[in-house]
Amino acid sequence: MIRLESVEVVFGRGGPDERRVLDRLTLAVPRGQYVSVIGSNGAGKTTLLNAVAGSVPLAAGRILIDGADQSRLPEWKRARYVGRVRQDPLAGTAGDMTVLDNLALASRKGPRRLRLAVPSRLRRELQDRLAELGMGLEDRLRENVNRLSGGQRQALTLLMASISRPSVLLLDEHTAALDPRNAELVSGLTRRFVAEYGLTALAVTHDMRRAIDEGDRLVMMHEGTVVADVSGDAKKSLTVERLVDLFRRTRGGDYAEDRDLLT
Amino acid sequence: MIEGVLVEGLVYGILALGVFISFRVLDFPDLTVEGSFPFGAAVGGALIVARVPPPLALGAAFLAGALAGAATSAVYHGLRVPPLLAGIVTMTGLYSVDLRVLGGKANLPLIAHNPVMRAAESWLGGGLDSSIQAFLAFLVVTGVLVLLLDLFFHTEAGIALGALGDNETSVVSAGVDPVRLRSVGICLSNGLAGLSGAFAASYQGFADANFGAGIVAAGLASVMIGEFLFRTNRIGGQLARVLLGSVLFRGIMYAGRSWGYLAGITPNDLRLLTAVLIVGSIAASRYKGGTRPGRSRA
Repeated sequence: MIRLESVEVVFGRGGPDERRVLDRLTLAVPRGQYVSVIGSNGAGKTTLLNAVAGSVPLAAGRILIDGADQSRLPEWKRARYVGRVRQDPLAGTAGDMTVLDNLALASRKGPRRLRLAVPSRLRRELQDRLAELGMGLEDRLRENVNRLSGGQRQALTLLMASISRPSVLLLDEHTAALDPRNAELVSGLTRRFVAEYGLTALAVTHDMRRAIDEGDRLVMMHEGTVVADVSGDAKKSLTVERLVDLFRRTRGGDYAEDRDLLT
Repeated sequence: MIEGVLVEGLVYGILALGVFISFRVLDFPDLTVEGSFPFGAAVGGALIVARVPPPLALGAAFLAGALAGAATSAVYHGLRVPPLLAGIVTMTGLYSVDLRVLGGKANLPLIAHNPVMRAAESWLGGGLDSSIQAFLAFLVVTGVLVLLLDLFFHTEAGIALGALGDNETSVVSAGVDPVRLRSVGICLSNGLAGLSGAFAASYQGFADANFGAGIVAAGLASVMIGEFLFRTNRIGGQLARVLLGSVLFRGIMYAGRSWGYLAGITPNDLRLLTAVLIVGSIAASRYKGGTRPGRSRA
C-alpha cells in the first residue's frame, strides 16, 4: 500500500524558471491495486513515479510505503520497496552482463555479500522464472543482455522489477517503445506478474485505450495533481469518448492542442 | 633474457589487472594508479628494508594502494569532480608522501636484502635456472590472484560491481549504495596497483618515487593488447587476457629496446611506442567490428 500526502515537487526552485511539477498531490493506493495514470505532456506523470522512487526530492508532503514514511530515504534505500520499468528497454538492465547475472542482481534487494551470486538452486529458480516469460530466455542464460531484442529485454526488465515482490511496481510507459506485438506480450506479462505476485502497480501511459482496458483504477493528472479518479464499475463503463469529455472539462475547453494525444 | 620479460610482464600484469578493474569494469578512468603504484613500491620497499616479513610488507603495499584509492574516491564522491581530476589530485599528493616513506630520497635500493626475489628464484629448490624459477613463482602468484578475482566477480558484490560500470540504475534498483560500491572497486583496483609496485621494486632491486611515470598508459596498453587477443564475455577469461596482454606488451617493449635500433628506435622512443600501441589496439578492435572495444564482461 502506498500513500502520497500533499506531495509537492518543484523544479528550478527560487530561479526564474521555477515550476511546480507536482502540486499538493494526494493519492492512496491499496495493496494489490493496479492503477493506470494518464494525462497530457507535462502533467507530472513521470515526476509522480520519480517522487515515489526517490529520484527527485520532495518540496513538501510525504510518501508512505506500507505505512512507513519513506520520503527522506535516498533512492537506493527506497529501492527495497520499489520496482521500476522505464520506457527505454535499455534503461533497467546491464547490457554487457549476462541474462543470468542481471536477474541474479535483481533477485535480492539490499547490500551485496561476499557470497556466490548464483548458487545452483537459485539458478534453477531463475531459469524457471525466465521460462515463464515464454521467450526462450531460459536457454540463453549466458548470453549478454545487449544481444536480446527490445521486447525480450523489456520482459526481462519487468521480471527483474517484479521478482523481489516490491511493495510498489512503477511502470513508466513501459510498452511505448515496443512494436505492437511485443507491447501486447509485455502488457500480458505485466497483468500476470501483478496478479501472481500480488503487486501494487502505478502505470503511466499516454494510451487512453490501454488505460481503460488495464488496471483496476484510472487516475487522470493535470498540472501536477489528480483531476479524475475512476474505479470499479465506473471504470468498466468508461469509453475513450467519455474520457476525452472528462479531460476537456478539467481543462476548461482548451482541448484542441491535445487532440493528437487523446486518440 | 626472455624469462626476464615474462617475469616483468607478470609483475606489471598485476597493475594491469587494477587498471582493467577501474577502466573496464567500473568505467572509471582512474589515474590514481600512477600514484598508488609507486606508493606501494615505497611502502613495500621501506618495510622490506626494515626487515619486516615479506608477506606483511606486500600486504601493507596492497593496503597502501587501497588507501590511495580511498582518497580518490573521497574526492570524487565528496566534491563531485570528474574522475580524472580526483585521480590527478591523489597522484600528485602521493609523490611527496612517497619521498617521505623512502626516507627523504627518491630511491631506495633493495639489492642487499631482497627476500621476495630470493624466495622466487629459489622456491623450486634450485634445480632450474633462477630466472625460470622466478617466472614460475610469479606465474603461480598472478594465477592465484586471477583465480581470486574471478571468484570475487562471481559473488553478489562482484556482480554488482560489474553492473555498476555498465548501468548504475540496475545497481540502485537492487537496493545497493552505488557510492560505497564504487569506492570498494576503486580501492581494490589501486590495492592491486600497490601490490604490483611492491613486487616491481623487488624485481627491479629498488623502489623509486618515479616508478609511476607512464604506468597508466602501460597498464591500458596491456589491457587493450589482451582484448585484441581473443573475445570472451567470461570474467575469468578477461582477467587472464589482461595478464597475457601485459606479458606481450613487455615483450614488445623489450623488442623495442633490443632490436629497435634496426628500425631507428631508441629507448627514448618507448613512450611513443606505448602511445602508438594503445591507439593501434583501439583502432584494430574498432576495425574488427562488434561492440565497444573490450566492453563485454561476465
